[in-house]
Amino acid sequence: MTEEKVDAPLKTTALHASHGAAGARLVPFAGWEMPLHYGSQVEEHHQVRRGAGMFDVSHMTVIDLRGAAAEPFLARVLANDVGRIPEVGQAQYGAMLNEAGGVIDDLIAYRRSVGFRLVTNAGTRDRVVPWLESIAAEAPFRGSLELEERPDLAMIAVQGPRALAALREVLKEDVAERAASFRFYEVGERMVARTGYTGEDGAELILPAADAGELWQRLRAADVAPIGLAARDTLRLEAGLNLYGIDMDERVSPWAANLGWTLALNTPDRDFIGRSAVVAAKTGELLRQKGLVMQAKGVLRGGYRVTTDAGDGVITSGLFSPTLGYSIAFARLPKDAGGTVRVDIRGKAREAQIVKAPFVRAGVAAWR
Amino acid sequence: MSDIPNNLRYAATHEWARLEEDGSVTVGITDHAQHALGDVVFVELPEVGAAVLGQQEAGVVESVKAASDLYAPLAGTIVAVNETLEDAPETVNEDPYGDGWFFRLTPDDTADLDELKNAEDYGEQLEAEDE
Repeated sequence: MTEEKVDAPLKTTALHASHGAAGARLVPFAGWEMPLHYGSQVEEHHQVRRGAGMFDVSHMTVIDLRGAAAEPFLARVLANDVGRIPEVGQAQYGAMLNEAGGVIDDLIAYRRSVGFRLVTNAGTRDRVVPWLESIAAEAPFRGSLELEERPDLAMIAVQGPRALAALREVLKEDVAERAASFRFYEVGERMVARTGYTGEDGAELILPAADAGELWQRLRAADVAPIGLAARDTLRLEAGLNLYGIDMDERVSPWAANLGWTLALNTPDRDFIGRSAVVAAKTGELLRQKGLVMQAKGVLRGGYRVTTDAGDGVITSGLFSPTLGYSIAFARLPKDAGGTVRVDIRGKAREAQIVKAPFVRAGVAAWR
Repeated sequence: MSDIPNNLRYAATHEWARLEEDGSVTVGITDHAQHALGDVVFVELPEVGAAVLGQQEAGVVESVKAASDLYAPLAGTIVAVNETLEDAPETVNEDPYGDGWFFRLTPDDTADLDELKNAEDYGEQLEAEDE
């Protein structure tokens, strides 16, 4: 037996032992060893759509910002405008762009009583953290901004129509009463946010890693099923949500990744990084992200070529939708493309329809 | 640990073959294969009456994870396909050696079965792939 010593050892979350005990199939993901599924990804998908499921998302990057420059710093590095969430307890989805207007990451920003918190992707940590640190070290932010990564925290997403009832039982708190959608509250070191990545109601909890195992067990006792990365992917695509690194990256303009709505361009004096590039690309960008459905047999998958009457494109995310029973996809296509397209599936041209996402809402078909 | 029945023959591409009393051969995918594929969502089967060649593509298995070719373990003529997989593809996961069979063929040469692996050899292949 020889041990390969090429790659750095995989990182594990505070819930690693819990995953093993629950029979998880663990796989490498963005430098972490994470649960792919706990038996059947389709069964897990249905548990979230019909009941309640929980995801260990502790691999995501949590960054806290404090100091007088925190807000002007975010005004500079984020394409969305935290000025639009003026109240403590509000959260906002948006993108971080490079100078060329490419997407460095998508993230959620939280306005706290002191400073802000950002939650960014796991796979972009080595790009995002040094990027933010380098800008924080420049004038006018230098010296009046504290930027702290929080590996001491864990994150658990509880999602599904029964998620809030389960949280009420476990936390003895009425999460729905304390926070509306895209709002959050904090109790000591524990943050509870009405956000998620499944299209379902629920909350994401950020808490000290040392407390994560106990909360996980109490949620399991409240009949909340552990859900792996595989079902997370089918759930987020059904909900019409992008996956960084698959549906967008630094070579893709937000206009071509359905992120145009997150660009806050109405305050001309806010000079965020990438602003001039995305303003110029607004008319110049000829590609758009569009939804596809294929109700006939077969599965649309990432990388498949798409032919339309307006030109060609490619599928970025494609998979079998367990809720719908047929395949759905995001494709990057010419902006005028519409109607029926042809997808090259293993050498055969198959017809699919361009539709508007989300594909699923409240457990049923919602595309149109 | 995957289930490898002793009474079947196996292809290196993870199909199983069973000689029936009427001389036909039933073909499916192994327990190991269905595990590796994950939940099966579509199966494309050959046409009844079609001639298939050994080690050649005879269908497609689409799981939530990937599309994967189904190979005929030996040459012959398709005499039956498992139409229940059309509506219940998950049967492949639930009962890979029983109700989850794919097709039956009349072999061109029954002796071709002897070219396939027995359970022990297939088990060794899986162990080697696991390393």
